[in-house]
Amino acid sequence: MSDIAERVKKIVVEHLGVEEDKVTEAASFIDDLGADSLDTVELVMAFEEEFGIEIPDDAAETIQTFGDAVKFITEAA
Amino acid sequence: MFDLTGKTALVTGASGGIGGAIAEALHAAGATVALSGTRAAPLQELAEKLGDRAHVLTANLGEAASVEELPKRAVEAMGGLDILVNNAGITRDQLFMRMSDDDWAQVLEVNLTSAFRLCRGVMRPMMKARWGRIVNITSIVGTTGNPGQGNYCAAKAGLTGMSKALAQEVAGRGITVNCVAPGFIATPMTDKLNDDQKGRILGAIPAGRMGTPEEIAAAVLYLASPEAGYVTGTTLHVNGGMDMV
Repeated sequence: MSDIAERVKKIVVEHLGVEEDKVTEAASFIDDLGADSLDTVELVMAFEEEFGIEIPDDAAETIQTFGDAVKFITEAA
Repeated sequence: MFDLTGKTALVTGASGGIGGAIAEALHAAGATVALSGTRAAPLQELAEKLGDRAHVLTANLGEAASVEELPKRAVEAMGGLDILVNNAGITRDQLFMRMSDDDWAQVLEVNLTSAFRLCRGVMRPMMKARWGRIVNITSIVGTTGNPGQGNYCAAKAGLTGMSKALAQEVAGRGITVNCVAPGFIATPMTDKLNDDQKGRILGAIPAGRMGTPEEIAAAVLYLASPEAGYVTGTTLHVNGGMDMV
């Protein structure tokens, strides 16, 4: 797993309080990891801070799964 | 009770009668306060009176950019932002038939839209801290209506609805959003009323007198306190019994 993926996973685990092995490539934040809509906003804020990037709202909406987040951040960072 | 030591608070309209009293009450409870308003001189005067833990942040709430910057400046000045009191308000009274678009727009911009922008702006630090208090100062007329204040009543009623929506969104994050609705309070704003108007108003107040800014500030202090953590989305009416809702 890439360094970025590790850091993203750490944020997700800490924020949503889920087991690390639940955070798979296809895991949906809302459907699989128990996030509510406000959690997803907070995750995006945490990603922005951790990686020093800006994630515009329309892009944030496309980030549904752990894999989506890693892909977006890898391309943006 | 109501100890705000270590907390940071931004109060808009702090150069006014009620805003100044609110800032003083929060400060007296131990909070660091950022005093915001359009006029620097009265804010500076209040800051000097308060001494330590008081910062002056002038801002024009009629300008979007100035509003957007304000929470950031408050965080920079105080190192955090735990409490937001949206108190700033203007009136452009006019009978409905004569009310201009500009009278309407200015009152909505300052009294409602700036409060929206400030609430949005403080979400980030409050969500992170998992603690926050927002107190929006509305008005009795937002509930009762008042001739000549169609714009002001709309803005205040709007603020109440907005507060309830936001309260639901962020309740799970330890952030409360409430309103304090003053009745008729002795301030420069109510000084503008003529004797006839004042006479009629006093006749309608069971307590038989106007309220004081300190009585509003006490309500704000309660809602800003850790003790009020289970109170959200509500309005505390402070009106001498004038309207019992």
